[in-house]
Amino acid sequence: MASGGLEYYSVKEIKGPLLVVEGVKNVSYDELLEIETSTGEKRLGKVLEVGYGLAIVQVFEGTTGLAVKGTKAKFLGRTMETPVSEDMLGRIFDGLGRPIDGLPPIIPRDRLDVNGSPINPERRDYPTNFIQTGISAIDGMNTLIRGQKLPIFSGAGLPHNMIAAQIARQATVLGQEEEFAVIFAAIGVQNDEASFFKKSLEETGAIKRSALFLNLADDPAFERIITPRIALTLAEYLAFEKDMHVLVIITDMTNYGEALREISAAREEVPGRKGYPGYLYTDLATIYERAGRIKEKKGSITQMPILTMPNDDISHPIPDLTAYITEGQIVLGRELHRIGIYPPINVLMSLSRLMRDGIGEGKTRADHPDVSSQLYASYARAQELRSLALIVGESSLTPVDLKYLRYAEAFEKKFLAQGYYENRDIFKTLDIAWEILSMLPEQELTRVKEKYIKQYYKKTAE
Amino acid sequence: MSQEKGRITWISGPTVRAEGLEGVKMFEVVFVGEERLIGEVIAVSGDKAVIQVYETTSGLKPGEPVYRSGEPLSVMLGPGIIGRTYDGVQRPLDVIATKIGPFVKRGIQVDPIPLDKKWYFEPVLKIGDKVRGGYVVGYVQETPLIKHSILIHPEVSGKVKSIVKEGEYTANDVIAEIEKDSEVYKVKLYHRWPVRKPRPYVQRLEPEVPLITGMRIIDTLFPVAKGGTAAIPGGFGTGKTVTLHQIAAWCDARVVIYIGCGERGNEMAEVLVKFPELTDPYSGRPLMERTILIANTSNMPISAREASIYTGITLAEYYRDMGYDVVLVADSTSRWAEALREISGRLEEMPAEEGFPPYLASRLAEFYERAGRVVTFTQNNSIGSVTVVGAVSPPGGDFSEPVTVHTLRFVRTFWGLDSALAYSRHYPAINWIISYSLYVDAVARWWEKEVEKGWPELRRKMLEILQKEDELKEIVKLLGPEALPDSEKLVLDVARIIREGFLQQNAFDPIDSYCSVQKQYKMLKMFMEFYEKARIALEKGVPLSSIRALPIIAKMMRVRYTVPNEKFIEVDSISQEINDSINKLLEGMKSG
Repeated sequence: MASGGLEYYSVKEIKGPLLVVEGVKNVSYDELLEIETSTGEKRLGKVLEVGYGLAIVQVFEGTTGLAVKGTKAKFLGRTMETPVSEDMLGRIFDGLGRPIDGLPPIIPRDRLDVNGSPINPERRDYPTNFIQTGISAIDGMNTLIRGQKLPIFSGAGLPHNMIAAQIARQATVLGQEEEFAVIFAAIGVQNDEASFFKKSLEETGAIKRSALFLNLADDPAFERIITPRIALTLAEYLAFEKDMHVLVIITDMTNYGEALREISAAREEVPGRKGYPGYLYTDLATIYERAGRIKEKKGSITQMPILTMPNDDISHPIPDLTAYITEGQIVLGRELHRIGIYPPINVLMSLSRLMRDGIGEGKTRADHPDVSSQLYASYARAQELRSLALIVGESSLTPVDLKYLRYAEAFEKKFLAQGYYENRDIFKTLDIAWEILSMLPEQELTRVKEKYIKQYYKKTAE
Repeated sequence: MSQEKGRITWISGPTVRAEGLEGVKMFEVVFVGEERLIGEVIAVSGDKAVIQVYETTSGLKPGEPVYRSGEPLSVMLGPGIIGRTYDGVQRPLDVIATKIGPFVKRGIQVDPIPLDKKWYFEPVLKIGDKVRGGYVVGYVQETPLIKHSILIHPEVSGKVKSIVKEGEYTANDVIAEIEKDSEVYKVKLYHRWPVRKPRPYVQRLEPEVPLITGMRIIDTLFPVAKGGTAAIPGGFGTGKTVTLHQIAAWCDARVVIYIGCGERGNEMAEVLVKFPELTDPYSGRPLMERTILIANTSNMPISAREASIYTGITLAEYYRDMGYDVVLVADSTSRWAEALREISGRLEEMPAEEGFPPYLASRLAEFYERAGRVVTFTQNNSIGSVTVVGAVSPPGGDFSEPVTVHTLRFVRTFWGLDSALAYSRHYPAINWIISYSLYVDAVARWWEKEVEKGWPELRRKMLEILQKEDELKEIVKLLGPEALPDSEKLVLDVARIIREGFLQQNAFDPIDSYCSVQKQYKMLKMFMEFYEKARIALEKGVPLSSIRALPIIAKMMRVRYTVPNEKFIEVDSISQEINDSINKLLEGMKSG
């Protein structure tokens, strides 16, 4: 595509974020263009549909202030690209990848298409390296694996940012001292949320191995489509060209989905659920699937997207489709938050799909899979009994049932709850697990092999 | 073909419009643009056509050429398919990776099967034999597990004019010639077949042999028959993929085709890493020697996702036509339906429910109808089957959405996954109250003949207890368990023991992962005998608390991962212990 440099003044129609440009020649699908207003302000856009003499383009920074007359569209003859370089670590950029930290511009090592290319499934290496986050609820029951994409499903007012920051600070691979490079993409978040991340990265010096891409709440909504893609393009470069282990934190994917919906509505597309476009799943997949490991490459991309569930509704299209693509989810619970448990992780609704191949003998500890399964089963049973006790009262429960209720309390207060600066290693986590499992009678632990019960179960004086 | 070449007039994502294609046929394959991206015609009007392109269309321009192929979208059927990983249009992903590296780029043309590899071919036909489509020309040992019959193209018949001697040949060598009305058809080790057209067979048969999966809740409670259909809908995290992986790994089919249709890349990686290490429980050979993977992950082009289902089922029918039992697993049909929706949306078709096109139901019906147990066209009319298991991913876990609703109209086994079970880590999270199988009566004869008499009765009793538990739970929710008489409390206890000791199955435990039918039967019998004995003891005045305190209960619940399949007979000794310990309680009563 060598149409570079063609300029048109023939804008026919402006509709939401879209421009219709007439009389175009030699313009290609997905091509990038520069739009100049009559006052000389420059914006970026890309071609969404193109035919003979007609192109529909989307303006990333919005169409506010554009006029049909006097607006110039200059087609650049290439798709959206971003410069990449190792020097981008330690720097802060806007949502389109332009430095905003006042430091000199980046000298790119390469320029890459922000859309990337799908990893050939045949060349993917199956992720099996345990990442210790130092958070018991995650390490013990929803283990994060290097190369996994594990989102945090949160709600308004819940401490998802603290958890993400704590993970970014504490994450290590057991037995390997190598640190993660952190790429942080903010999509439509508040300024103070972004500065919270910046500060917590600065606190530990991690900022030197971090790159921040910020599209803030007051930045153009349509940039939001591009921000995560730029961040991931840099992540791919660092992981697969420069052998780094990269942790990508993207917040908040709900804002991304909403930007996508707005563009879809402007294009008058047939909507799917809740007005979101029918291709929401596919579109989200082009972001989330850019995680993983590749055979014969040293680096990896671990993704931790954060999203707030509108009205705490996990069946809302964005969390729903996200969880269909990601390898599990960490769900935060308002109830736990209300009673003062940090991190308020609702373990029953949380899941890590890659956990089973990253834990156990030779990886964490041999009893880990059984312990995790037993913690779940017993806590689930305790929750049933709790709702039963609400109706019939504790007095009509059996003595064993009562032990379950006490187990659940201890589970929340001793196992789940920990400090923002508390970094528990996996052995500590498992020891706490045995301490609370030992509150239950031995024969209730049917998910644990007898040899582990012999080894770890603490018999009480009873 | 009146026009060889047209040109692009409009591009919108994977949908391209072109003109100057007079005479182009529906579903004809075309090559789009200078890079010759593969596409398929999905609407024709005069010399104009709408094309769905199987690769990303970034950078295409109006005015670029569109080349016709004259052929519908077809697959290449011959030795070299087993053990491969293909994309949605049968391009081998390993060959693509060796050619261009770990990322999938577009415009790559590669042969689906190796054309230079030599195969040892043994002919069975002789000169002068009268043959028709589907006859076996000879054999090639494709993998140690699969003896590949070289079949005559279903639409060819006549007399054998020549045939080669046994020896080594490549897929491109002519191995036989068939003459009819002075026309000569050259037979090679492969032939091509259009994916959207079902392959013919002589006659359909009723499915009556169960597909053994080694999963207790499936084999014992909700079986699927070879040649049957099953759907497994469930919200995220309910374990669809794990269940499908289990079926693909352990089922007793001869060929397994796994379609990853718009799903996760790491899941395909998992299959690719694990299947070569796992051994087929029936032959002891690596599972990959009977497996074909079709991987069109969620971030790969969606038109190819639409095609992947058809590519998969056509490969399945081909191995069926050799007389094999084939299982096709499609994960997930919802992603395929979404691909239909997206393409339909870009064509500005009038949508039906939730934006899906009105032809969703008929497309689903056509797909599931290609399952079946059939008499093939081979010389000895061998019997082959295609069993289709489709995952459905309903948005929000809501089974009333269009894909689930329409799928259930066309399948005969329904395994409904339940988020509540998954949240309490009850796996497989198949809900036993809503699930059903219409093959139970058909496969009962097999169980009674091959395993033991009395299977249908025991199965029915187990379901009864579970049903009863479901009813009692409603009462317990309102009044608490103490409101129930001891006989009903026992039902709750036994149901819990069945749930944890029989229905739950740990896919990652070396023993529990696969449960042989013999062990399944013994376990079923053990649990039901326990209930009978305990019920009688209770009637005779043994207190429920003493039954609950029996240490044998925990032992019984651990049978699933303490007794290996080959030692299934040991389950009987546990049954005996149950018997003894309850008898002891009864004696204690008498003496006390």
